[in-house]
Amino acid sequence: MSNFEIVAREDFSDVTYLLEVRHPMMARAAKPGQFVIVMQNEQGERIPLTIADFDRNKGTITLVIQAVGKTTRQMQQECQVGTSLYGMVGPMGIPSPISHAKKVLCVGGGLGVAPIFPQARGFKESGAYVIAVLGFRNKDLVFWENKFRECCDELILCTNDGSAGMKGMITDGIKVALAGHANIEEVVAIGPPVMMKACADATRPYKIKTMVSVNPIMVDGTGMCGGCRVKVGDEVKFACVDGPDFDGHLVDFDDLMLRLQRHKNDEKLAHERWSENCRMTNPPGPGAGDVLAGGTAAQSDVLELPDPSEDAPGG
Amino acid sequence: MAKKKTIRTIPQERTPMREQDALVRAGNFEEVARGYNLEDALRESERCLLCPDQPCIAGCPVGIDIPGFIRKIGEKNLRGAYDILTDTNLLPSVCGRVCPQETQCEGVCTVGESLEAVAIGRLERFVGDTAIKEGWSNIPYIEANGFHVGIVGSGPAGMACAADMAKAGCDVTVYEAFHQPGGVLRYGIPDFRLPNAVIDAEIENLKKLGIKFECNTLVGRLFTIEQMIDEMGFHAVFVGVGAGYPTMLNIPGDSLNGVLSANELLTRCNLMHARDFPNFDTPLPIGRRVAVVGAGNTAMDAMRVSIRLGAEKVYCIYRRSRTEAPARVEEVHHAEQEGVDFHWLTNPVSVLNDGTGSVRGMRCVRMELGAPDESGRRRPVPVADSEFDFEADLIVYAIGTNANPIMGQTSEMKLNKWGYIGVDETLATSVAGVFAGGDIVTGAATVIEAMGAGRKAARSMKAYLGIRDPALPYCGATGGEALFGIDERERNFARVRVA
Ligand SMILES: Cc1cc2nc3c(=O)[nH]c(=O)nc-3n(C[C@H](O)[C@H](O)[C@H](O)COP(=O)(O)OP(=O)(O)OC[C@H]3O[C@@H](n4cnc5c(N)ncnc54)[C@H](O)[C@@H]3O)c2cc1C
Ligand code: SF4
Ligand code: FES
Repeated sequence: MSNFEIVAREDFSDVTYLLEVRHPMMARAAKPGQFVIVMQNEQGERIPLTIADFDRNKGTITLVIQAVGKTTRQMQQECQVGTSLYGMVGPMGIPSPISHAKKVLCVGGGLGVAPIFPQARGFKESGAYVIAVLGFRNKDLVFWENKFRECCDELILCTNDGSAGMKGMITDGIKVALAGHANIEEVVAIGPPVMMKACADATRPYKIKTMVSVNPIMVDGTGMCGGCRVKVGDEVKFACVDGPDFDGHLVDFDDLMLRLQRHKNDEKLAHERWSENCRMTNPPGPGAGDVLAGGTAAQSDVLELPDPSEDAPGG
Repeated sequence: MAKKKTIRTIPQERTPMREQDALVRAGNFEEVARGYNLEDALRESERCLLCPDQPCIAGCPVGIDIPGFIRKIGEKNLRGAYDILTDTNLLPSVCGRVCPQETQCEGVCTVGESLEAVAIGRLERFVGDTAIKEGWSNIPYIEANGFHVGIVGSGPAGMACAADMAKAGCDVTVYEAFHQPGGVLRYGIPDFRLPNAVIDAEIENLKKLGIKFECNTLVGRLFTIEQMIDEMGFHAVFVGVGAGYPTMLNIPGDSLNGVLSANELLTRCNLMHARDFPNFDTPLPIGRRVAVVGAGNTAMDAMRVSIRLGAEKVYCIYRRSRTEAPARVEEVHHAEQEGVDFHWLTNPVSVLNDGTGSVRGMRCVRMELGAPDESGRRRPVPVADSEFDFEADLIVYAIGTNANPIMGQTSEMKLNKWGYIGVDETLATSVAGVFAGGDIVTGAATVIEAMGAGRKAARSMKAYLGIRDPALPYCGATGGEALFGIDERERNFARVRVA
């Protein structure tokens, strides 16, 4: 496999963008909840990105990316239609089990809105009553509202400043949903760890099964390095092969958030240097330092944007 | 005729291999052992007694004709030596560098009974490197037989199986999850022990056999093993996906920042070139004081990489004693020379938190050897009241691996009780047409054993597909009696024994 061509691109805001990458075989294999590992170029790092959507007819995989770290910013600049990624491998991870629950709550915060979509659609197709709760920081960052309206029975949109939908944190939206429906059987939440933690805390008193999709730092994505390990109950699990979905009431989110900060210094350094290079009129050639380092999207995300509803890398 | 050599007439001392000075090399990733030159090789080949009973051949997991290739070196016929080596071993440059010769061929060498054994590995490496330098490769005339063979995983097991099947005329495709082929040779074993150029050269040779490499392909998830047979037109499949899934110690502090597996450290450093950060994007946690737990090859590699990345102090923590250390003797020796501080009979108790979620150090307990356990090794037991703390900011676990779960999750292949793929003596799995070998069957082992498994599986695959090699006596999947150019299942020829 090589030559992963970008066939479409859409910019949702000045930080969030969507890429559609041609990979017919993966489009056939992909299922909700899975992710890919992308390398933009040969010197790049391997970054995990959740599959936000896939189109079997067009043979494409859709990724929604937030420019937060060095790699995701560089991709934002360079990944135009017609260019190709150096590597894209997947679909990775165990697909989200679409249960036979009759009423489900699909919660997506920030970038987590993208990967929750195939799950919401999956539940709808299996006959469930689907309530979506989507959280954004403000109106400008909202995307895919209509896509969700089409496949969900109810949509609760929350923004922190009230510029669209209800004003409040995503947990407020969850409370509204829980208050309105006594018979919700399952909750699926994707977003930044703080948001998923809050969500799991909100559903715990009701004992509603709550699945979350964790997003630790990854390298290989094949279970070989253990970098993606998370504590789930008493066990240590590797998110890339044992997950990425786990029972939100068992995941140790504090541990997850701590581990996401592993390379924070490298990340900062890398981004500073990269931004400097971007300003230079004549960047030095490859190998001379024009390609500078970064961590995964996940980390800097959590570091730079404390707002829980918006800093989701989504995978 | 030349006078018969005896133990007294041969050069008594093993020919040393030129090495980079320990102080210099601790600061670079260049190869430590520089290899023999022709003169060295000729001298060392003199030391082989060409014993009639050839114990070394039996000591080699793939049965290389060792005296045969050494004799050719002595005759200065390096091409001849290369031909003999590649009859059985696809990757002489690699094996000469990484085989644990002291427990294999060299361990049973007759010369070794009274002197130091013949340096078989170094001679093998010399021949392999000469071939790479001269651009030799043994590409036989191949007649396509119309069979399609899929290989999953491009480590030594997959490479060996692919080569044999391609030589038999099959159309071979190798699928690899990473963006570059080579398996552990690429992502695990560092450059200073096995340069990338060597792996590249070997992969090029495989491509010359017509083998196709498809990287970025996660088999099991992109398509399943069963789909390969049922839908993608493969007549047989070999699974050599390696062991993976590193073991964690399961002690308090395991998940602190600064604790990682040797696989992660090595992958970041070797495959992702994090050591060239920031020219490459992948970051690498760099420790000032690094403690590596374990004493196998992986542990030695992690320690020596840490030294090269600039650690001031590198400790090796191992609960047994030096004699039980599973690493190659040469690697322990090299690690010592480069300044690793070994703590034998020491077991970690917990990783200490600096208060912000990062590693501050480690608490260990001293051990002593008690009664032998099932494996016959004396079991280490803690010494009472011997706990002590030391400072470290990076802790690397190199204590083994478990079975990678992806194959089990995605195919019908039966697994054994440890989660590795279950096979019969021909390396056939429970799915018809699918064979498996290497670390995913045996658990973490060695490069040469993985290659041996790949070749064995290739023999079984040929039998399964009914491919005959008219040039060679056919020895059945399990060896033993030979049949000339015939499939074992068609018992229509008389068996003969080849002398
Ligand atoms: C650091 C280190 C040092 C070592 N040093 C030595 C040494 O000095 N001497 C020695 O003899 N042995 C050594 N070993 C052991 C030796 O490398 C292994 O036993 C050997 O490589 C196993 O070969 P393999 O082909 O079974 O698997 P691997 O080499 O592990 O190759 C498996 C390949 O399959 C790929 N893969 C996995 N899953 C999939 C999938 N689902 N789809 C597609 N591809 C997949 C992997 O990415 C990998 O490239 C060392 C091991 C390590 C980790
Ligand atoms: S392959 Fe390994 S065991 Fe066999 S001869 Fe070479 S070094 Fe010795
Ligand atoms: S990313 Fe390496 S084990 Fe999961």
